[in-house]
Amino acid sequence: MSKDLTCIVCPRGCRLHIDDDLNVTGNSCPRGAQYAKDELTNPKRMITSIVRVKNRENCMASVKTSVSIPKGKIFDILKEIEKVSVNAPTHIGDVVIKDVLGTGSDIIITKEIK
Amino acid sequence: MLNKDLVIIGGGSAGMAAAIEAKKNGVDDILILEKDSVLGGILNQCIHNGFGLTEFKEELTGPEYLQRFVKQVEELGIEYRCDALVLDVTKDKVVTYSNAEDGVVSLQAKAIVFATGCYERGAGAIQIPGDRCAGIITAGTAQKYLNIHGFLAGKRIVILGSGDIGLIMARRMTLEGAKVLCVSEIMPYSNGLNRNIAQCLTDYDIPLYLSRSVSKVVGKHGRVEKVILSAVDDKMKFIPGTEMEFECDTLLLSIGLIPYVSLLDKIKAEMSSTRGAKVNDYFETSIPGVFACGNCLHVHDVVDFVTDEGRDAGKGAAKYIKGLVEKNTTILVKPGDGISYVIPQTITNKNADSITFKFRVRRPIQNVFVTFEDNGNEIAKFVRPVLIPSEMVMLKLNQAQLAKIESGEITVSIKERK
Ligand SMILES: Cc1cc2nc3c(=O)[nH]c(=O)nc-3n(C[C@H](O)[C@H](O)[C@H](O)COP(=O)(O)OP(=O)(O)OC[C@H]3O[C@@H](n4cnc5c(N)ncnc54)[C@H](O)[C@@H]3O)c2cc1C
Ligand code: SF4
Repeated sequence: MSKDLTCIVCPRGCRLHIDDDLNVTGNSCPRGAQYAKDELTNPKRMITSIVRVKNRENCMASVKTSVSIPKGKIFDILKEIEKVSVNAPTHIGDVVIKDVLGTGSDIIITKEIK
Repeated sequence: MLNKDLVIIGGGSAGMAAAIEAKKNGVDDILILEKDSVLGGILNQCIHNGFGLTEFKEELTGPEYLQRFVKQVEELGIEYRCDALVLDVTKDKVVTYSNAEDGVVSLQAKAIVFATGCYERGAGAIQIPGDRCAGIITAGTAQKYLNIHGFLAGKRIVILGSGDIGLIMARRMTLEGAKVLCVSEIMPYSNGLNRNIAQCLTDYDIPLYLSRSVSKVVGKHGRVEKVILSAVDDKMKFIPGTEMEFECDTLLLSIGLIPYVSLLDKIKAEMSSTRGAKVNDYFETSIPGVFACGNCLHVHDVVDFVTDEGRDAGKGAAKYIKGLVEKNTTILVKPGDGISYVIPQTITNKNADSITFKFRVRRPIQNVFVTFEDNGNEIAKFVRPVLIPSEMVMLKLNQAQLAKIESGEITVSIKERK
């Protein structure tokens, strides 16, 4: 199954084409070729979201996956993130869920809240 | 009255970078005034990743990027006040702010850097036809409600405008459980990055309609009930018979950003077509000792370049305070064919090691020269395979090239390569 796709690895957004034998054209760097192959075999994404800060009024702390996770698991992982709340102070890198759903990715805090 | 060497208005990416650079260049008496309760500006609400590729060779989220600068501000012992809204500035550089603890305070500054960011165009700016009702808000406001306070602005959403903020919010609201019905763009192309179209719309099957805009909002009972989109012709007039109806509770607007310059306007700083102030090669406005940088000078799409510009303005302010500004000429820099604006608008120091010019093209073009000309004489020429309006271009002239300028005016233009 050949496919046309846009590389999302960097803001340049090259238009890639990948054929049945996984030959990639249109990429300006090797990361684009790898992206197209992964996208056909095992697409992955970074996700960012928020968790509630219990001891602050109307306040959310932002979080992200420590590494990219399989695209098909995005909504399941968001459900896990929704169950979490934290207390301030929060620090960048604090782990709020370890190895979320066995993906090998932690959910970590991305915001300093005093 | 209190005295300060340097007062920086706005503690976002531009303001923090300016403060850090001024401090490194020997200015110790600095105060950053920020109206919000924390430093960092707009990046506090940009929780997605993609920041810092140029600056740190890493992809960071907005809050992670800003924290690296907050840390430097604190380590360098730079004084800052949050919840401090600057109310007034005079030509003589008296800055007045209000803060719950300090009350209303006036300071005499030797130099001022404006780093006040930009604001979003709202519904009033484009006169959306139909009912006046709740549920029409700007994408940035919805982003703040959600990412900072945890409130989802609506459940069924139509987004008008396909710039990056609109695209990012389409994904963000989808991830938090809202149904984003479509993104509508009046132009025949999106101003957002390809990458954001792919990862924010295509990934979640959100349709993007080009050459379409809102022809009517229906909301008889106080809240948006329906949005009608119609195709537009090449004169941006609605084409009858092309209506598409969407039942929704919210219309998000992502229709442009405008530099926030009311205080600069008040002291009559000369304004440019960017709707920010005109500046010289030190990032100084037409008012001596008053500098501007970041989104309040011209709207940026990449924060790394905002940081860079903040540093340049900080350096300029430090030179001004120390009396090291060298001004030996006045050369106007004009946008020529195919170019919408160029910054800086004037060159005052021909002996600089180099000067970087920033500009945008008017429409997407391929295979061109960018030329710098002095009365028809070519000073420099650069080859560019592709240029698009949504990407700011930066080109540097070195000392030898600057020395070639003889008249009081240079023009930057786009020329086709034959
Ligand atoms: C929604 C959005 C998404 C973006 N996404 C990306 C991205 O993915 N990648 C990327 O590289 N770039 C992105 N950008 C661009 C980049 O982040 C911004 O251009 C940059 O952060 C702007 O910095 P700034 O300091 O000029 O303005 P701001 O961050 O807006 O800072 C201005 C500060 O001035 C303060 N202020 C204003 N008036 C006063 C006053 N009178 N008194 C006191 N304080 C005042 C404000 O409160 C604010 O904190 C995005 C921008 C926006 C708006
Ligand atoms: S192919 Fe390379 S240069 Fe092109 S978008 Fe992907 S990562 Fe960026």
